[in-house]
Amino acid sequence: MSVEINLDQEFQSRIDAGERIEPKDWMPEKYRKTHIRQISQHAHSEIVGMLPEGNWITRAPTLRRKVGLLAKVQDEAGHGLYLYSAAETLGISRDEMEVQLLTGKAKYSSIFNYPTLSWADIGAIGWLVDGAAIINQVMLTRTSFGPYARAMVRICKEESFHQRQGYEIMLGLAKGTPEQKAMAQDALNRFWWPSLMMFGPRDADSPNTEQSVKWKIKRKTNDELRQQFVDITVPQADYLGLKMPDPAIKWNEERGHYDFGEIDWDEFWQVVKGNGPCNKERIAARTKARENGTWVREAALAHAAKNAERKLSTKVAS
Amino acid sequence: MNKETDKMEYPIFEVFIRSKNGLEHRHVGSLHAADPEMAMENARDVYTRRQEGVSIWVVESKNITASNPEKSDELFDPAQDKVYRHPTFYDLPIELKHI
Ligand SMILES: [Fe+2]
Ligand SMILES: [Fe+2]
Repeated sequence: MSVEINLDQEFQSRIDAGERIEPKDWMPEKYRKTHIRQISQHAHSEIVGMLPEGNWITRAPTLRRKVGLLAKVQDEAGHGLYLYSAAETLGISRDEMEVQLLTGKAKYSSIFNYPTLSWADIGAIGWLVDGAAIINQVMLTRTSFGPYARAMVRICKEESFHQRQGYEIMLGLAKGTPEQKAMAQDALNRFWWPSLMMFGPRDADSPNTEQSVKWKIKRKTNDELRQQFVDITVPQADYLGLKMPDPAIKWNEERGHYDFGEIDWDEFWQVVKGNGPCNKERIAARTKARENGTWVREAALAHAAKNAERKLSTKVAS
Repeated sequence: MNKETDKMEYPIFEVFIRSKNGLEHRHVGSLHAADPEMAMENARDVYTRRQEGVSIWVVESKNITASNPEKSDELFDPAQDKVYRHPTFYDLPIELKHI
C-alpha cells in the first residue's frame, strides 16, 4: 500500500515538474484508463466525423470545393489513425476500441449526431466544429502523455486548413444571393448550440475535470475553453453579417468576455445517451464498413502469409 | 455482425521518415498493415500527405527491442559522473586559441 502511495506521489511530482509520461513508464491505473477512454473517444470522433461531411463530397458545388472537402475528410481519417495509435501504446487493441464504439460502450463527440442538410452545413462544420476542436486540441498539444501530445501537434498543423476552408464556404454564401445567405444563417442556427456542447458539461457538472487538470491531461476547464471559443467566434459571425442564434450574446466590458445564453443540457444528455438525430445511422454506417471490410482483411492477411512463406522457401532454395 | 474482437487485426508497424536529404529518419508514429508492402503504402498516405518526407522506413513493432524505463537508472546514471568526457573538464590557459 505504502509503495503504491509513494509511486503515486512520485508520478505526481513528475507531472508537476512538467515531465512527459511515456507509454512504458509506471502510471496510476486510473491515469491509464482515463487516457484510453479519452484518446479512443477522440479517435472515434475523428472517424465518425467523416460521415456527415462525406455526405456532401459528391455534391460539392465546384471542383475547388470538392478537392478541399475531400482532402479535409481524408485528414480526419489520418487524425483517427494517429489517435488510435496513441491509445494502443497503453495496451488496448485497435479492434477492442472499434468494438467498444460499435457496441456503444465508447462515445464520440455528440456533434456528429446532427445531420448535414445543406451545403452550407459543410461551411458551418469547418468553421465552428473544427474551430471548437482546434481550441481543445491546441490545449492538448501540451498534455502530459507523450504519444497523445505528439499526435495533437501533428493534428493541429492540419486543422487550420479545415477551419479556413469552412469559413471560406460561409463567406461565399453570406456574400451571395439572399437564398445563399439564408442557407448560411440556417446552418449557423443549427450548428451553433451543438458546437458549444462540444466542450462538454459545465465545470460544476464535470466531476473528472479536477483530476484531469491535476494530471495535466487538460490544462483548461470545459467552461474556460467554451468561453474562449465564443470570444473568438462572435466577431467572425459579425464579419459574415450573420446573426448569432442566441439573444443573450453581448460583450461584457467588465469581464472582458462575451456573455452568452444557457445551453439546453437536456438536449446534450439526450444526444450523449444515443437519442440524437443520427446516432443510429452513424453506428450503422461504421458497422457496415467493418462487415464489408472483413473479407478484405482476411484476404490481405492470407496474401501476406503466403508471401512470407514464399520468401522463406526461396531463401532456403538458394 | 461479429461484434467480438475478430482476431484478424493486422500487425503494427512503426514508421520512420526522413524529411529531407541530409537529415536522419525520425519516428513519426505507427500503423497497422498486413505486410511491409501495405505498411509502406499506408505510411505514405497517413504520414506524408503534405510533403513531409523523401524517404520512409517501416518496421514491424515486434522487431524493436526497447529499453525498460524501470532500468533507466542503471542504464543512464553511470554517464552522469563522467565529466572527463566533456571538453570543459580539461584546464588549459585562456590565451590558447583554436582548441
Ligand atoms: Fe480532425
Ligand atoms: Fe478537422
